[in-house]
Parts: sequence; structure tokens; C-alpha cells
Amino acid sequence: MIIKCPHCGPREASEYTYIGDATTKRPDHNDTDMDKWNDYVFLRENPRGAHAEHWQHTSGCRSFVKVLRDTVTHEISGVSLEGPWQVEDKS
Amino acid sequence: MSRYSAFSLIKNALSGHENWQRTWRAPEPKPHYDVIIVGGGGHGLATAYYLAKEHGIRNVAVLEKGGLGSGNIGRNTTIIRSNYMLPANTRFYEHSMKLWEGLSNDLNYNMMFSQRGVVNLAHTPGQMDAFARRGNAMLLEGVDAELLDVEEISRRIPGLYTGQNTRFPIVGGLCQPRGGTARHDAVAWGYARGADKYGVDIIEHCEVTGFIKAGDRVTGVKTTRGDISAPKIGISVAGNTSTVMKRAGIDKLPIESHVLQAFVSEPLKPLINTVVTFGAGHLYISQSDKGGLVFGGDLDGYNSYAQRGNLPIFEHVAAAAVTMFPNLARLKLLRNWGGIMDMSMDGSPIICTGPLPGMYLNAGWCYGGFKATPAAGWCFAHTIAKDEPHALNADFTLERFYNGRQLDERGAGPYPAHQ
Ligand SMILES: Cc1cc2nc3c(=O)[nH]c(=O)nc-3n(C[C@H](O)[C@H](O)[C@H](O)COP(=O)(O)OP(=O)(O)OC[C@H]3O[C@@H](n4cnc5c(N)ncnc54)[C@H](O)[C@@H]3O)c2cc1C
Ligand SMILES: [Zn+2]
Repeated sequence: MIIKCPHCGPREASEYTYIGDATTKRPDHNDTDMDKWNDYVFLRENPRGAHAEHWQHTSGCRSFVKVLRDTVTHEISGVSLEGPWQVEDKS
Repeated sequence: MSRYSAFSLIKNALSGHENWQRTWRAPEPKPHYDVIIVGGGGHGLATAYYLAKEHGIRNVAVLEKGGLGSGNIGRNTTIIRSNYMLPANTRFYEHSMKLWEGLSNDLNYNMMFSQRGVVNLAHTPGQMDAFARRGNAMLLEGVDAELLDVEEISRRIPGLYTGQNTRFPIVGGLCQPRGGTARHDAVAWGYARGADKYGVDIIEHCEVTGFIKAGDRVTGVKTTRGDISAPKIGISVAGNTSTVMKRAGIDKLPIESHVLQAFVSEPLKPLINTVVTFGAGHLYISQSDKGGLVFGGDLDGYNSYAQRGNLPIFEHVAAAAVTMFPNLARLKLLRNWGGIMDMSMDGSPIICTGPLPGMYLNAGWCYGGFKATPAAGWCFAHTIAKDEPHALNADFTLERFYNGRQLDERGAGPYPAHQ
């Protein structure tokens, strides 16, 4: 599997560390709603097919990237930066 | 149904093996059953067998989307052990071990259950301390455990490199002498034959594509072979749990699907007479009766529904195998494959009533569900028959995550890929 890092270009997946599902949203720290926290920490859609997920390019530029990958074919349809460095797609 | 015995073998040999009976029937699905089990893997078949045998519930169908044994029951590396530390896990897996010990007789089918021992290697004094603690916890629960020093390990496993000239020298290990392996296909076939004998319908090539509901209650299933109704429906579909549960309207579960690979080498003369696991990385290896070395390691590490893995794990596992057994360096691999694991958020299973009325769930087996097969079937049958869990699976709930009662055996936190 090859993931195209926005900084470093196409790199072997073993250069990256898998972080997990990118659709979960961390609740605000002052939020005490147990359902929201349970949802964030433990519950996953676990789709068969299109999956948005975070990887970190640990053996490269160390950026966190969001990868759109199919969980059956492993085909990657998009990679974008995550975090404060996230840039608007100019194309 | 004829019994298998030395006599039946001779009789059938004399007639050129032309007259063996089918091992289980191939019935057409009926429109209604008392219990439907979705998934004809080891767990689904064992559940049907114990429903009939222990609870007298025989109007049961097992619906399997493919051929019997095409899922993880036919893809695993067959290691059986009960060397856990948390009491709920230890008791459950020890119950399973006891069922294994009588299973060939119970089912009149040779499971080739071989209690050749499972040895976990330690590479640091800290790991030895942890093993001593685990061994003591096991002994307190009445499970067998032996702490081994490196001399004893080198005596027992001659091909293993126990010298100092390696990055992670072996300092000792923990052995469970009653652990071992069994023939995985025989487990599926034996339970199928046993359940069929009691009148359970095993229906292959019958995929559950949807659920029939009355309000929240699940009252039947839609399948590729027509609608079938039942007041009780048990889901036991391993790596496909999320996909199947979505069809019942349950969109999220504490489960992720990941691929695990297995590898088999060309056959060798007897070399490894136990099961050995590497403690500084992740590798487990044993030798099959046909002589092939059977081994595996970590998950590939990212969500996957592809029943095949990628090369980095291949390389990692092969490197660990050669580190342990340098004499394998020129060995050729015969084949490898992958299976989809239902990795739970704490690494422990779920056997419970619900989450919808009329529904029962058996899932979250991670890569340890083969050894659990007898006890999982036994407990799931109890849960379905009595509408409440047995004491042995009372802690394996879905709510434990919400309630802060996770069974995090590895202390890895809510990261399914690290369980
Ligand atoms: C490579 C590998 C190595 C492993 N090694 C070990 C080991 O050494 N020791 C150990 O204890 N465990 C091991 N495991 C784990 C173990 O194999 C599983 O946890 C266990 O087999 C899961 O239960 P099962 O047998 O019921 O699953 P399966 O055999 O996968 O059964 C589930 C069945 O459900 C069916 N199904 C899915 N969707 C539907 C549907 N919609 N309708 C109808 N049927 C459906 C599938 O076709 C499948 O046959 C390993 C697994 C793998 C893949
Ligand atoms: Zn990069």
C-alpha cells in the first residue's frame, strides 16, 4: 500500500503509523454527557468500503494525514493534511 | 447417523469407501424456527449443538452465507490456551479448555486435540516478573502454569536459539502444559455433524441480507433463500459483525474489523513439538501433523475487510521466526492467507442478549476465538435459551464500555489494532 504524503510524496504504508477512524469527534472537555464520550472513545461505524482514517507519517515528516481508503480493495482516493497545518485544497 | 469407530473404518475400507454417509444433511430452509443462528463458523455451529444437547432446543437453523468453514474457523493457527489474568477471562477460557479435553469423545469426531503445551518466551527480567504474576494468577484459578528458566527452555525446544548473540536474548518463559492445538476444520465438521444429528438444519449458501422487525423487536431474517422467522435470532458472524448489525439498524459497535494473516511452510521432519511465542515482537509458531510450520503474528494494523494481508507483516513475521529458529532461514513458504477479525475495543469478547429484543450477540473475538469455540457456543446457547447470560459470560456485555467495566487484558486502551 502506498500513501501519498502531501509533503513527502508517495511513500510505503510501513513509513506511517495507523491512528484510526477520522470521523470521531472529541467532545469538549467540559462536556459531561456520557453518551458523547462513549461514542467518541468506544463506538465505531467500521464500514465495509469507504473509510476516512488518520495516519501519521512517523518515519517521514511526522504530519498527521487524513486518508480516504476502501477497506475491501485498499484503494486510496484522497490524502489531506490534518491539524493547524490543514490547507484549503487550491485545485 | 452412523457412529465413527475402528469398526466403521474397516467396514467402509472393505467397500472401497463408497458408502460413507453424508456428514450433515443439506436441507431446504423452513419458513419458521425456534432459534436462528446467523453464521456457520465454529461458534455458530457449537451454539446450535449446545442448544440441542444442553437445552433440548432442536428446531434450530444455522444460516451460513458461504460454505461451512470458509470463515475464520478454517483460517486460524489453531492455538488453544487458557493463560489469562483477569478472572472473567481465565474462568471462561478454562471452561473452554475443559470442554476441549472431552470434545472428541463428546462429538464422536477426532479433533486431533494435542495438548503439546504453549510456551511464551520472556526477554527481559521485567517480562519474567510479569509472567510469574500471570502464572500465579492462573494457579490461583486452578489453571496449570509453569515458569521456565532458559536452560529448561533450551532443553525442551532444541531448535530455538537461546544464546546471547541476538538483540533480544531469551531469559525464560511461561508454559501452560495443557495448552496446544486442534484441527480447525474438524471442529467445524464435528459440531456440524453433532448438531445435524439432533435435527438442526445447517443451511449453507444462505446470506442474511436484512432483518424483519416488529417495532424494535427482531422477528425474522431476509436471506438469499427467502424470509425465515424465529422468536430468537443469534448473531455470530465474527469479522462481519458490524456489517450484519447495520442491516438490523445498529450503526455503531465497539468493534473494528482488521485482517490477520497466517503462514504455512513446506513440510519438515518433526522440529517443534510445542507452541512457542516470541515475547519481544509478535510471533507464534507450531508444527502441524503434516510437518508444515504454522505461524502468524500481528494484525496488519488498519481497518480491513480484505481476506488477504500485505507484505510488511509478512516480512516482520518471517524475521521473528528466523530470529527464534535460525535453522528456518532457507525454509520455503507454501501458502499464506488472511482472515477478518472482529477486534473489540478492550480485546475481550461480547456474549449477550440484545442489543435489540429478539436478538442475541456473540462477537468481539479478536484473534483468540478459536480456543473459545466450545465455551462460546456453550455460553451463547445458555444465553439464548435462558434469556440471560451464564455466570461465565456475565461480564462479556456490550454495556461494559459505557459503564467503565472493560476487560482490558493487555492494558492497551481503546485501540483495537493494539489488542
Ligand atoms: C489468521 C488467523 C489466525 C488465528 N489464530 C487463532 C489462534 O491461534 N487461536 C485462537 O484461539 N483463535 C485464532 N484466530 C481467531 C479465530 O479463528 C476466530 O476468533 C473464530 O474462528 C471466530 O469465530 P467463528 O469460528 O464463528 O468465525 P467464522 O468462521 O468467521 O464464522 C462466521 C461466519 O459467519 C458467516 N457470515 C458472515 N456474514 C453473514 C451473513 N450476512 N449471513 C450468513 N452468514 C454470514 C461467515 O461466512 C462465516 O462463516 C485466528 C484467526 C485468523 C484469521
Ligand atoms: Zn510526510
